[in-house]
Amino acid sequence: MGGYGLYVWGSYVVTFICIAGEILLISNRRRTLEKQYSHIEDLDNNETKNETTS
Amino acid sequence: MFMWIIKRDLLLAMRRQSDVLTTLFFFIIVVSLFPLSVGPEMNMLRTMAPGVVWVAALLASMLSLGRMFSNDYVDGTLEQMLLSPQSLSLLVLGKAFAHWLVTGVPLVLMAPVLGIQYDLPTDALLVLTAALLLGTPVLSLIGAIGAALTLGLRGGGVLVSLLVLPLYIPVLIFGAGAVEANMAGVAFDAHLSLIGAFLLVSIVFAPWAAASSLRVSLE
Amino acid sequence: MAINWFKYSSPASFYLLAGKMVPVFVFISVILLVVGLYVGFFVAPTDFQQGEAYRIIFIHVPAAWMSMFLYVVMAFWAGIGLAFNTRLSSMFATAIAPTGAMFTFIALWTGAVWGKPMWGTWWVWDARLTSELILFFLYIGFMSLQAAIDDPRRADKAGAIIALVGVINIPIIYFSVQWWNTLHQGASVSLNQAPAMATTMLTGMLIMVLASWMYSIAVILKRTRVIILERESHTAWVAELHKKGAI
Repeated sequence: MGGYGLYVWGSYVVTFICIAGEILLISNRRRTLEKQYSHIEDLDNNETKNETTS
Repeated sequence: MFMWIIKRDLLLAMRRQSDVLTTLFFFIIVVSLFPLSVGPEMNMLRTMAPGVVWVAALLASMLSLGRMFSNDYVDGTLEQMLLSPQSLSLLVLGKAFAHWLVTGVPLVLMAPVLGIQYDLPTDALLVLTAALLLGTPVLSLIGAIGAALTLGLRGGGVLVSLLVLPLYIPVLIFGAGAVEANMAGVAFDAHLSLIGAFLLVSIVFAPWAAASSLRVSLE
Repeated sequence: MAINWFKYSSPASFYLLAGKMVPVFVFISVILLVVGLYVGFFVAPTDFQQGEAYRIIFIHVPAAWMSMFLYVVMAFWAGIGLAFNTRLSSMFATAIAPTGAMFTFIALWTGAVWGKPMWGTWWVWDARLTSELILFFLYIGFMSLQAAIDDPRRADKAGAIIALVGVINIPIIYFSVQWWNTLHQGASVSLNQAPAMATTMLTGMLIMVLASWMYSIAVILKRTRVIILERESHTAWVAELHKKGAI
């Protein structure tokens, strides 16, 4: 890289980190959402179950 | 109506003298801090003076933006203003003008005195005052948009500076540029006319934008 | 057979449509990225003036263009959301902001890194780098305003106003910075227009621009879907979607 390797690869690495970070952030956000929904779903199920038994 | 709101706001401001003075003293303190940090060497201070005075003016006028609407918001008069048949933009223009009278004008009057502290030549002082006279209303008008948007938000004070500072940059560039051009002996009227242009544009658009921001904030 | 496009303006149907589109754009962007990098690194010759350092252009210029373009698109959707009260357009604007901010950051970082071999210092107050920095502040302002407001409807509208005010100010800021830069130290240091572009360099860069377009569309659609889920969590269609396990 004609002595400029550090600069060229450095900037590509930073770009890659940013992109990977962005994608991870979104999937992380989505995962917490799914956990939230399944939690809500369990609550609903328990609720209906209690109503029927009592 | 326009005059009414200005009189009312000035009356309110006069009742609480401290608001007016705190902004002014903040401006003085910030401007006086720089020689202590940079050193008393006159040439350095002279070249820095326009930038320092302008940045301090920017920060001082932004400091008091939070109070532009919050007092009326808290005691409900802002809702009455929204409901009133008067056009909200006119009311916001009045409030911004009152804010300028309370914070901008003292800065403009104080700037030459502080300029002497930085050993600015007299015509540079005149240009500085003229530029500030034209520039500070723009700060109040654009600031009104920021104040309206962040009404009633927690951490609103810091948020206003984040929203509004990027929009102040053209005024800062040409305000400080005018004084520097004058000190360099170059024609400075282009800078002043540009700030005048910013002023006219913001007089037309800023109240309308701030009014719609108020409607959004108070819905 | 008139397709009723408005069907897709409702979050529910858009959610499914976007779900199908995201993989397509991801696929295209990966292909374009590989081709662009190949052209950029193997086909394009070494620049006589800058040696190999100019190869940073293949991410710096696309990132800079994307950052400005995405802000305008964000302001457009925010304006539509404000004018027509369509929640989906505001969600779209909220989804664009982080990607735009990321591209601005990449443009700033790679611009500074590129400046080091060329001008010897990391940060140079070149007109373009400075206005890119201010654009970054505008993005941060938009995102922090929206984060500070709890009620989504007010956050959308407030964000829309600051985005529209910002988009009107972008040309003003750009020209005042340009004027300021030439006024002060003259144009001696400013990065002249990209070095005389050999065709392969240009094609490499343009492919990378297309790749960043496709990438942005994919990521923004993905984030919009998540925002839709967050905001529509109380609706029936989300619960039913969740039961089917097709979230």
